[in-house]
Amino acid sequence: MRFSTLLKNPAEWMRTPGPQSDIVITSRVRLARNLTSHPFPGWARKEDRAIIMEEIRPALEDLTEMKDSFSEEMTKLSAIEKQVLVERHLISREHAAKGPGCGTVMNRNQTISVMINEEDHLRMQAIRPGLQLNSAYQSLDRIDSSLEETLPFAFDHKYGYLTACPTNLGTGMRASAMLHLPGLVLSEQINQTIQGANKIGLAVRGLYGEGTEALANLFQISNQNTLGSKEEEIIEHLDRVITQLIENEKNARLKMLEDKPTAIQDQVGRAYAVLKFAHIISSKEALNHLSMIRLGCDLGFVPEEERETINVLLTEIQPAHLQISAKRKLSPDERDILRADIIRSSLNGLTAPDFSTILTERDDDDE
Amino acid sequence: MNCDVCQTEKATVFFSQMAEGKLQKVNLCKGCADEKGVTDPTGFALADMLEGMGEESTPEATFAPDELICDSCGFSQTDFKKTGRFGCADCYHVFDEGFEGLLEAMHKHTQHTGKSPASFPDLPSAPESIDPDAPMKASPLDELSELKQSLSKSVEDEDYEEAARLRDAISQLESQIGDS
Repeated sequence: MRFSTLLKNPAEWMRTPGPQSDIVITSRVRLARNLTSHPFPGWARKEDRAIIMEEIRPALEDLTEMKDSFSEEMTKLSAIEKQVLVERHLISREHAAKGPGCGTVMNRNQTISVMINEEDHLRMQAIRPGLQLNSAYQSLDRIDSSLEETLPFAFDHKYGYLTACPTNLGTGMRASAMLHLPGLVLSEQINQTIQGANKIGLAVRGLYGEGTEALANLFQISNQNTLGSKEEEIIEHLDRVITQLIENEKNARLKMLEDKPTAIQDQVGRAYAVLKFAHIISSKEALNHLSMIRLGCDLGFVPEEERETINVLLTEIQPAHLQISAKRKLSPDERDILRADIIRSSLNGLTAPDFSTILTERDDDDE
Repeated sequence: MNCDVCQTEKATVFFSQMAEGKLQKVNLCKGCADEKGVTDPTGFALADMLEGMGEESTPEATFAPDELICDSCGFSQTDFKKTGRFGCADCYHVFDEGFEGLLEAMHKHTQHTGKSPASFPDLPSAPESIDPDAPMKASPLDELSELKQSLSKSVEDEDYEEAARLRDAISQLESQIGDS
């Protein structure tokens, strides 16, 4: 499959709703694996990495799950193409910076993506819409089991799967979910929530992983420990915590609707006005307003169908996606203009938010 | 909390690093952090800095002529200190000493309980008990049928001494199989 074909198909998770997808955008699971008798990518010479890739790439391409896949060496991709893959969460920022002997393989609907010679020889990822950590893990587990028939994975009875960094030892598994938590942010409970998650061995990060800002009220929550628990136990624990977080988020929203309905109306209304009429808009401003429109969907002020448009926009307005659609390099100023254009045309059919549910309740209060 | 180096300014940079198989932490103020080059992680080793402060570390750690090196990939303990990552899978056995303590700081437990490749027996047996050079040991049943074949051959050959020995061996093996 060519890169242009990959681009034309938005990732499956953007188009199909999953369980709890009002609050959980995606569930992702990744497994780290290494081959025996080869140095890890960070310590390997260029020639070693090339040999490792020659061993891994055909094994991946032969999998039935990866039929008609997109498979490429990192050196064959332009900087913007690599950035597009980062913006779609298909490769890491670190992998985008990699050179010779590194590659990436992904299936057509972008539910499975594999990085070759990132920090480990193999980093395989499955992504699903909504809260579906277990199904994401199951699909990856099958791929892992098929691969181990041909690839000799480095494994130790005590330490489990051997990884370049000891923080990934054991299962080599990182499970994470992307949550939309505007209620907890607006009610200022988010810091407490993050600290609480940290205390029980979970990490909370921004939109693009480690060290990134929490834009659009989106947070990634993932397991820290990989050694000493079974894969299913790690996922079950994370699942339980996320279910609780969903509950907290819903309560925060209900409480805000009760205590300060006008404040929410104002936020959603402003977001609508800006997105609908702006001609210059930064990524950050756009993302934060899109978050409010999404909240409007959840609360019934904005038609449910808009959720998909918002999901697609979250990715389409990122810098590399804009430059791909313009077919040329754009300065930041040019990007802000194109971004506003794309948002206006995408939201063309969007009518003003309907706050009648809140207004009726307010009338009731007056009586 | 004050800076560990100057002890006067408020610490704003918190640095952790694995060194000597232990997790070490240093709290620094902005000035000392810049001076020590903490902002450049490749050129900074926490252990070296602690030594510079003249405490918490022994002088012989600054240079190690007998430093452990992984035979398979040439990775050294210093490399691990610098990067926090290993060079290859074999490094885990080479740098085993003190590693457990480091793992305890990172993970809940230090014994893997999750998935294992199908080619690895699913037993929690110690890896060192398996000698890859030892010949494959036949199962008792295979051994038994082999013995029986030899027995009939020795009877045919009229080697009754050997036949008696084999008969005893067979009955011993049969009782063993019956017990298990």
